[in-house]
Amino acid sequence: MTARLLAGVDVAVDASLATHLDRHGRLPPLRTPGERAGMLDTLDRSGLLGRGGAGFPAGRKMRTVAAGSKRGARPVVLANGCEGEPASRKDTVLLTRAPHLVLDGIQTAAMMVGADEAHLVVQRGSATSTAVRHAVSERARTDAVCVTVHELPHRYVASEESALVQWLNGGEAKPAFTPPRPFERGVAGRPTLVNNVETLAHLALLARHGAEWFRRVGDPDEPGTLLVSVAGPPDVRRVIEVPTGTTVGDLLTRAGCDPTAAQAVLVGGYFGTWLPTGLALHTPLSHRGLRAVGGALGAGIVAALPRSSCGVTETARVAAYLAAESAGQCGPCINGLPAIADALRRLARGPWDERLAPALDRWLAVVNGRGACRHPDGATRFVASALATFSDDVTAHRSGRPCAASGTPGWLPLPSARQAEPGWR
Amino acid sequence: MRVRVNPIACVAHGVCAELLPEWVELDEWGYPVLDGEPLPAQLVTHARRAAAACPARAVVLSED
Repeated sequence: MTARLLAGVDVAVDASLATHLDRHGRLPPLRTPGERAGMLDTLDRSGLLGRGGAGFPAGRKMRTVAAGSKRGARPVVLANGCEGEPASRKDTVLLTRAPHLVLDGIQTAAMMVGADEAHLVVQRGSATSTAVRHAVSERARTDAVCVTVHELPHRYVASEESALVQWLNGGEAKPAFTPPRPFERGVAGRPTLVNNVETLAHLALLARHGAEWFRRVGDPDEPGTLLVSVAGPPDVRRVIEVPTGTTVGDLLTRAGCDPTAAQAVLVGGYFGTWLPTGLALHTPLSHRGLRAVGGALGAGIVAALPRSSCGVTETARVAAYLAAESAGQCGPCINGLPAIADALRRLARGPWDERLAPALDRWLAVVNGRGACRHPDGATRFVASALATFSDDVTAHRSGRPCAASGTPGWLPLPSARQAEPGWR
Repeated sequence: MRVRVNPIACVAHGVCAELLPEWVELDEWGYPVLDGEPLPAQLVTHARRAAAACPARAVVLSED
């Protein structure tokens, strides 16, 4: 009913260019400077916020990059479809089921900023890669700007924008010290527009239907629809599209989850925040709504933890994963995240030592904000929110009486050891 | 003026904390902790000295 990006999308329907054109019609070309300026105004008026996690106004970012071209360097468009978050599936769904919307968005963005090359980066060895390469080949002769598909090694921090740029420039996919930010000096030293693929797909529809249409659904301050990767009891793992501002409770119900079977809800992925179920169900899925309860929307991930799982154990699993996924560049992250993960492992499985309680609080505070990227900030937010939300379980674990569910198999998705690859190139 | 540390370059020599103890604390692993506030004028000379002396060239001064 509110599906836009996923309208008409079904596993039974092919993702070909012909189907895409039947469904959405042709993409209006932006041939003249006037048309390009008009589209920038449309984007500003639409209020579209980036869907990669930070929620930055898409129009403002584009104007910054377009201004860079006036200084003589031709901008580059970089579409980020890497989806480093293990609990996220939205970019995969979008790129495999509606790749042409993303490719339309890339063309529109390239016209708007005056780019003459574009790059689409996806996860290495994934089904996504095959799907997008096929889609790119279907339109290679008609696209104004050539799109090159790249496959990034599967590391959590590799899809951070400065890491992506460094990797495309021949280095390792590790975050870089900024400034310069990619919009100033990115791919090949040129001003680079980095957008999540969902943002670009929205742009493709905005180019067809205009700002008023775009604003017709969702929270008036952050309008439109949102792709959300949902997991929850009984056994739901799927991606759905809802208007921004939809409450977490409505989202879970629409996705087929039973909210009453959830003990807590993780919003925003492994850089996100655990919320008590009662609070989460009434919280709207918007940047403002989540900020008000101390959370963040992130890249649209909502995971309702079943009562049969142990929140402390789940948190320990993810903390160990995040510690192992550090790029190993910054001292506080190299030292702090393993210390935090080890304390959580001992909290979950024993043997616990009471001296770890103040140490854990100290590490969470001292690591926050001290990396070149936001990896330590995200990891500490995740852990700190878990300690608050699962405080009763934490008390039980500390007293040596772990909850009944501890020791059960993990519930939150993590890459298997087989998928984890050591390289950064 | 503000003092930042490039955390990728920093390898915890600790020289900044020796030369600018009023402004730089070290965490338990020896890495500098800075709050990003504007530097008081009387510390500017010391900050320049710390930046020049850092063996990793990790101390970054910015005028703003």
